[in-house]
Amino acid sequence: MILASARVETITKAQSVQGRSLWEDARRRLMRNKAAVAGMLTLAFLVLAAVVGPWLSPFTYDQVNKSDVWLPPLANGHLMGSDALGRDLLTRLLIGLRVSLAIGFVATFVSLVIGVAWGAVAGYVGGKLDEVMMRFVDVLYSLPFIFFVILLMVTFGSNIILIFVAIGAVEWLTMSRIVRGQTLTLKHKEFVEAARASGLHRGAIIARHIVPNLLGPVVVYVTLTIPAVILAESFLSFLGLGVQPPMASLGALIAGGASDMELAPWLLIFPSIVMVTTLMSFNFIGDGLRDAIDPKDR
Amino acid sequence: MLQYIGRRLLVAIPTLFLVITAAFFMMRAAPGSPFDMDRKLSPEIEANVLAQFGMNKPLGEQYVDYLAGVVRGDLGPSLKYRDKSVLDIVKENYPVSLRLGFFAIAIASVVGVSLGVMAALRQNKLTDNVVMTVAILGVCIPTFVTAPLLVLGIASKLGWLPTAGWNDGALANMVLPIVVLALPQIAIISRLTRAGMIEVLHSNYVRTARAKGLPEGLIVRKHALRAAILPLVSYLGPACAGLITGSLVVERIFNLPGLGKFFVISALQRDYTVVMGMVIFYAGLILVLNLVADLLYAVLDPRVRLA
Repeated sequence: MILASARVETITKAQSVQGRSLWEDARRRLMRNKAAVAGMLTLAFLVLAAVVGPWLSPFTYDQVNKSDVWLPPLANGHLMGSDALGRDLLTRLLIGLRVSLAIGFVATFVSLVIGVAWGAVAGYVGGKLDEVMMRFVDVLYSLPFIFFVILLMVTFGSNIILIFVAIGAVEWLTMSRIVRGQTLTLKHKEFVEAARASGLHRGAIIARHIVPNLLGPVVVYVTLTIPAVILAESFLSFLGLGVQPPMASLGALIAGGASDMELAPWLLIFPSIVMVTTLMSFNFIGDGLRDAIDPKDR
Repeated sequence: MLQYIGRRLLVAIPTLFLVITAAFFMMRAAPGSPFDMDRKLSPEIEANVLAQFGMNKPLGEQYVDYLAGVVRGDLGPSLKYRDKSVLDIVKENYPVSLRLGFFAIAIASVVGVSLGVMAALRQNKLTDNVVMTVAILGVCIPTFVTAPLLVLGIASKLGWLPTAGWNDGALANMVLPIVVLALPQIAIISRLTRAGMIEVLHSNYVRTARAKGLPEGLIVRKHALRAAILPLVSYLGPACAGLITGSLVVERIFNLPGLGKFFVISALQRDYTVVMGMVIFYAGLILVLNLVADLLYAVLDPRVRLA
């Protein structure tokens, strides 16, 4: 009796020690990475500000105040000053951040769906189909893509949906390559063979063994794609092809600020700071995730 | 080797064809025409103008005509800049972009490799951390942020350099544009070099060199560096694509007479032939550079076999 309960105790103890999955391991490593944690906290703050901030502001992003034109920061209730039309910069910045983040997440999701589907099919099926599909990716890779995105925007006019699609359609290429490569190596790994030998059916092998191992590099690449997308959108907005006024995005605000910088440097400096902070926090998280999920690269 | 080059060039032809076709029909699908002006043209004049450029024919026929022209090396006349052919525009404006791009990539390579090696040799020490922080900053600060900030600080407030303009390629006018173009490349190159260097320094042949008693400086310069900068060769293609993208912004901010400035303006003005010509030119450039990068890689690294 006593012996049995002692045995139960040792078993539960052993399980509690054993019960650390790969993801739990990765999470611990990530939490020890100061830069990544700082990035996550900063990003959480930015997302919160972008979602909640505009509601708390006494101004709206497109509210023109004739009496408040070109106000420097802190004047007349405008914490970050105002622009040529007397619009409150902080409110516009929060809206711009919201738009940029939304484009970043949605376009990355588009690229994730296309890229994973394309890469996984090419990798699983293999053979001729694989060759054709990946050659197609190679061809697209060697194109000056920014020109096509610009042409798309010029052809169909700038609207937010098109920005999602255009940028997402550009960014899926690398994702598909990563997924295909990963699928190919996993297909022949010993643990997959062992699973197959022990009689596990195909769906379970994919779900239990392939996808979790595929997920690591994909998650890392997603966190690095989001800033790339935000950058691409800002680039378009800077050229006047992205988000149209009075709507704002970080790139549109920087473009506006750059043209008025002699007169009102705050219009350039604050959006630039927010842009760089956003991109950096994503990059820190991405680098941290890579180190955490794939420790052999350290 | 020759066979490989031949096959790559053969693949390049359908690629270019795809590019031309996509760009042609996208451009034509855009609303508006290059002859829209503030003053409405009378129907007769408009018909004349269209006929002059062969644009009264059905779209399919125009497409075939255009393709035939491209094969002959004729990119057609500009529809907006009177008396200039597209080739003239490329010839006149490309040297400016080329000069900026060349200096930017040269400076970025030297600075980036030096920083990367320094960081790798002092891995996880202060130097390494400083260099890597700068590298992350360089990746995260886009050209359209660095350019206006540098103009505001160095040119406007301090007055050390001109704020904009080309001035026939005077050195002072080129400094800021080149710095802006080079910064993100420096960041990426130093990261690549550091990663390559760290890997190579742990390799067996470096250990052998150390065991032979070679001085550390010689090992780094003669043995490790050569292998460590190999990944940079394959970065050549993407780097040029990055420079081209950057030039669109930089030439606009600094008001330089380069080719990049033309693309967006011409696309907005529906100058079909100029846009098409630039797409073909840049696509060809990137294809050639990618091929050169692959060949160089095979020459420098005997482990690579061209298949």
